[in-house]
Amino acid sequence: MPEEVTKIQEMIYELLVREVMTKEVISVMPSTPMSDLREILRAKRISGTPVVEDGRLVGMISIEDFIKWLFDGGQASPVADRMTSDVRTIYDDEPLVQAVNKLERLGFGRLPVVARDTGRLVGVITKGDIIRGLLRHLEVDYRNAEMRGARSSHIFEDIQADRAALKLEYQVRGGDFSRGGASAVRLKTTLLRLGIDPQTTRRAAVAAYEAEMNLIVFTEGGCIRVEVEPGIVRLLAEDDGPGIPDVERAMQPGFSTAPDWVRELGFGAGMGLPNIKKCADRLRIDSVVGRGTRLEAEILMERQGEPERDSAQTRA
Amino acid sequence: MKLEEVRRTLDAEWSGRRASRADSMGTEVLSCHASDLMSDVLTSRGAGSLLLTGLTNAQVVRVAVVSDFAAVCFVRGKKPQSEAVQVAEESQIPLLVTPMSMYESCGRLYTKGLPVGDRAKEAPSCQKK
Repeated sequence: MPEEVTKIQEMIYELLVREVMTKEVISVMPSTPMSDLREILRAKRISGTPVVEDGRLVGMISIEDFIKWLFDGGQASPVADRMTSDVRTIYDDEPLVQAVNKLERLGFGRLPVVARDTGRLVGVITKGDIIRGLLRHLEVDYRNAEMRGARSSHIFEDIQADRAALKLEYQVRGGDFSRGGASAVRLKTTLLRLGIDPQTTRRAAVAAYEAEMNLIVFTEGGCIRVEVEPGIVRLLAEDDGPGIPDVERAMQPGFSTAPDWVRELGFGAGMGLPNIKKCADRLRIDSVVGRGTRLEAEILMERQGEPERDSAQTRA
Repeated sequence: MKLEEVRRTLDAEWSGRRASRADSMGTEVLSCHASDLMSDVLTSRGAGSLLLTGLTNAQVVRVAVVSDFAAVCFVRGKKPQSEAVQVAEESQIPLLVTPMSMYESCGRLYTKGLPVGDRAKEAPSCQKK
């Protein structure tokens, strides 16, 4: 929801690293033998760990260092000989946005956190910590966030008081297959709560599902906006992604450029865009390779008493 | 056909929380779709239908939810992933697990008279890559 998205953007500036970092840090000493490292990493299910001497961070040692050590013959040696000493750290009083930027820029999975005043290691921060921290501070569960309690009645009042379009917005992250379809399910719940008839709701939700999967599979992420006006649901999916070289071809049922991993999960059979077309009364796709894609679908609400449309009647 | 009859026909077990089962048992199942290809399931008219599938991820349940399926049944004794169970409970869609194969499940339900769903009127004419 828009207000939540804005809230996350605010939080990423307001929250400090120390509020979301993992405090119970597993660390090793410079004198720890390399031969012990594998068991430490395995037991704790981590891929790297800080090297600490008297509370001070002196290096980082990772599974990669371990593999290199094995490759070099695996001679008995302490961690100190194989660790990375030039360590990038972050201070515990920096805002989260710094950690996000640093992880992104360096391509690291984790950053050790040190106290600014003492220089001591106080924690480790990973992308997972950041996401968990944001969710915890939102005090909402994404899955339930939208339509519970006051929030839903609020939306209701809005639309009754004012016949202007109700706008819903869903951010979709590229590659995040585990959340695939989550926006569509939330959209469905919302539309039903708004009193939209089940057939229209289903067509909009299915179209949104397909659009959402496309964003996840093919782009770095994007945004799905839904406008509800009397008589019509308008769906807009936008991304800055790679674009579609040949829209006409992509519209053919069965044409697919989806990678194998998507197919193994039951998707990517080349039915996405054709299915959106089938669900919508009007579909428009503007795509520029290297710039992005904008998909706009309009779904006219069922009239009362009209029999449910089937695929033969529904063509764009 | 009531969902409870589907369950008994397939020798299936309920999956997930116990509380809503009494309601689920009386759920009316109008037809059946059997597929591991969610792309196809999304194009079908699933309203009130049973989804038989061998996939156990959360996306399968979300597909069933947006397409208004009456229930999802996982074949070959495969248990749904925990996130799938969670999605199902939030959306209140019943989940079943049958030890039977997809083929046997279909056969038994068909024999019992459960109608087919929509016939693919607009089957893809080409399957080129």
